[in-house]
Amino acid sequence: MNKRFFTYMPDPTLMILLLLLISYGLVVLYSAGGIVLVERQAVRLGLGLLALYLITQIRPERFEQFSPLIYVGSVMLLIAVFFFGISVKGAQRWLDLGISIQPSELCKISLPMMVAWIFRHTALPPNWKYLTIAAVVIGICAGLIYKQPDLGTAILVAASGLFVVFLAGISWRLIIGLLVFAAASIPVMWQFLHEYQKQRVLMFLNPESDPLNYGWNIIQSKIAIGSGGFWGKGWTEGSQTQLDFLPEHSTDFILSVLSEEFGFFGVLLLFLLYALIILRCFFIAQQAKNTYNRLLCGALTLIFFVYITINAGMISGVLPVVGVPLPLVSYGGTSMLTLLASFGIITAVHSHKKLIQQ
Amino acid sequence: MGRQLKQPSHEKRIFTERIVFSIVVVLLVFALLLSRYFYLQVIKHESYKIQAEQNKIKITRIAPTRGLIYDRNGTLLAENVTTYRLEVTAEKTTNLEQELLAITQLVSIEDELMAELKEQLKFNPVFKPLVIKPKLTEQEVARFAVNQHRFPGFAIQPYLNRRYLFPVEFSHLIGYVGKINQAEYAAQDPSIYAKDEYFGKTGLEKYYEQQLHGEPGQLVTEINAQGKQLTQRIQQPPNNGTHLYLTIDVALQKAAYQAFGDETGAAIAVNPQNGEILAMVSKPGYDTNQFISGISQKNYDELANSPDKPLFDRSIKGGYEPGSTIKPYMALAGLYHQLITPEYTMYSNGYYQLPKQKRRYHDWKQGGHGQVNLVNSLAESVNVFFYDLAYKLGIDRIHDFLAPFQFGQLTGIDVAGEKKGILPSRQWKQANRNMIWFPGETVITGIGQGYFVITPIQMAQALSVLASQGKFNPLHTVKQDLSPKELPFKIADQDWATVHDGMTAVINAPNGTARSIKSKAYLIAGKSGTSQVYGKREEDIYKKNEELPKHLRNHALFIAFAPAEQPEIAVVVVAEHGVSGTRAAAPIAKSIIQSYMQANHSLLAEDNE
Repeated sequence: MNKRFFTYMPDPTLMILLLLLISYGLVVLYSAGGIVLVERQAVRLGLGLLALYLITQIRPERFEQFSPLIYVGSVMLLIAVFFFGISVKGAQRWLDLGISIQPSELCKISLPMMVAWIFRHTALPPNWKYLTIAAVVIGICAGLIYKQPDLGTAILVAASGLFVVFLAGISWRLIIGLLVFAAASIPVMWQFLHEYQKQRVLMFLNPESDPLNYGWNIIQSKIAIGSGGFWGKGWTEGSQTQLDFLPEHSTDFILSVLSEEFGFFGVLLLFLLYALIILRCFFIAQQAKNTYNRLLCGALTLIFFVYITINAGMISGVLPVVGVPLPLVSYGGTSMLTLLASFGIITAVHSHKKLIQQ
Repeated sequence: MGRQLKQPSHEKRIFTERIVFSIVVVLLVFALLLSRYFYLQVIKHESYKIQAEQNKIKITRIAPTRGLIYDRNGTLLAENVTTYRLEVTAEKTTNLEQELLAITQLVSIEDELMAELKEQLKFNPVFKPLVIKPKLTEQEVARFAVNQHRFPGFAIQPYLNRRYLFPVEFSHLIGYVGKINQAEYAAQDPSIYAKDEYFGKTGLEKYYEQQLHGEPGQLVTEINAQGKQLTQRIQQPPNNGTHLYLTIDVALQKAAYQAFGDETGAAIAVNPQNGEILAMVSKPGYDTNQFISGISQKNYDELANSPDKPLFDRSIKGGYEPGSTIKPYMALAGLYHQLITPEYTMYSNGYYQLPKQKRRYHDWKQGGHGQVNLVNSLAESVNVFFYDLAYKLGIDRIHDFLAPFQFGQLTGIDVAGEKKGILPSRQWKQANRNMIWFPGETVITGIGQGYFVITPIQMAQALSVLASQGKFNPLHTVKQDLSPKELPFKIADQDWATVHDGMTAVINAPNGTARSIKSKAYLIAGKSGTSQVYGKREEDIYKKNEELPKHLRNHALFIAFAPAEQPEIAVVVVAEHGVSGTRAAAPIAKSIIQSYMQANHSLLAEDNE
């Protein structure tokens, strides 16, 4: 049993890249939040890496087999949050349990799994029947999260499912049609936004209009980034960070800290690591032995890329503010765990394929 | 389209093509992002460098003060008192565990709470202060102040704590505030709410949350290059929450609550001339003050599991059969549809039968009431008269007549949590029971039994319209100008008057069922009712109410208004398990009316009994 369970090593190339990125993140985190944060984050990272290693031991056929179950389970958790989340006595209760975050976080993995499962045996590109099923599956997940209400996460989760559809090879004409439709429905969507969400978007278009809240945050973030220059002000030397001008500097705005202290050079290094990780994952996806594995790995990689883009765009003022952490660098347990788990799936696909070839 | 065959090599080619496309997109987007950073960090570096050096102004939030709540005469009902709480910022402590242990010697913290705190500290961002203990006593504040130097990460913060002056009498109406929870916070504008603020959880506090809360201001702090604070000024003062001025009279509210004695139930008193609610209680109440800084699980469980259900707001959520209190409205419907006249009489021999059916529908009086007209039938609550009237009206006309009075509809009362209830109809039964409507069900609808689920606030809204002879003033608890509504049909003045006569006879005629609450000083008009309690076992059905355990006894209802000629106050009382309306509910209604009349008219107290 031991032999069976511990014989699969995660892909060394990917692991080295991930460990480099994580270490880089801890160094920045030390400057942003001190040793206490680093210690805590290290514990979570340890757990996350352990999860990654354990997931690597699972045969990808198992993911495939259990995809519907995992999907139904996460949808039920979403519904449970909907019903029990508020009726519990006070606020603290359901935050303590951590349930409020988990189900929507889980969907970022379970939804692409489910969509890939739908397409696993059908001829690709999928026909209308399968596309409709996929749309329903995506709609349920995203709709429930939107109702929580959490528009940002709902869009991201929907994207994770749509990436599978994209990778399944639907025609370019359809993709362009969908994009045009999405663009055209923006004015309609606008009506459904909360007042504060509208304000965030308006603020993004004109940050000086909201000097206290998010506008202020973005102005301060831009000052931090810009004042960093090419080489940066040096580790723990960033005035924006150390004098508390930067908001939430250990979580959503950690890239501003990195930019201030390590400069454009530091940013370049970070993006190099990210790009290499993404390329490696795409390579694994391309080499995978069946449709399900290919689609799942590809979609998980794309969603990782989207997170990076949103966070980096948000803090530098080119995208509106949505609370998305910088993957594997921001302080925080939940997103870290989900990300390392999805890398676990990717390494599992890779490791098991190799042994079979031998 | 038939099932297509998979073509692995073709599919792999498509996938590879998509991956290559994705890589191009990734690299392109990264290049764009990097060019943005290059622009900020290299091209615009000088300008941002200067901005960073000149950056010495921090803007922080000034919380708005929550609006106060007053009664109609300006008596304070809910206020904010300055209180102190102990907070810890994990980042600034040297040894958190040890200091937490040491702090318990200065400030009492239960072991159970301490365990919970440690759990919370794990989730709390280290740079954010976490409240260790709210509501410190003066001694605790003093003890901590002396020892402050030993606890670098700990600090005492003043804050405004909500306090209710009549927590029990107003527990459901005003409700309470508590710490905003994640779901509530997510639905609010984050530029207005902070994550640790109070938020209305029930009652008026919830309904008027936005107005009571207000909008925060901005505090500007100037610091020097080392981060030392130089000056502080208020850039924009907070827009404090607006005060609420209720239509409630605190004296009448207290009187209504006390009138219940040991009974449970609900009472609502309104001014039918303008829709103002003068008193609105649900009994038993509970101490809302204990909810503000977090109620202990033990106390909460005690309230939640109490058989008297103190947390349940009976006045807007309690569903009851209206029983005989529906009869005045049935009488109006009969007059409006010209099925009866004030002169019309019928003979009550004690039971009623539908044509060609065996089942007997009984009068409450054995042997019947003899020859009765409408006024007698209201005074004596003659079931047979209303069985027959209901049958002649038919369920559709009954439903269409009662719905505009707000029976089984949301009244739109400005208190959070109102329930809709049920006004029986053919459509309702088809949709909910998937069955057709039976004529026998129309018969019992005539005496307010059957599928009815009506809330006290609905009864109060209907009674307000009835008492004012058709003036439809929407009920409200906060002073405001509401435009009156109108019934969709016009009821003749003499029809209103006939029903008022009947209701006046209930209390003032020698054969009235509620003679016991007659007043010498003024005329009261009213009607009693009994609301059946279901869930009795077979063998209990034939027992007298007194022989049953209290929770299976019927609910007692009473509706009344006074003075009958020119109503100033209309009262609805539900006394749960009070058995009969005249015995349990009528005295409560009388007591509320009496308190009002004594306060508003120079009456002698002797009339009381």
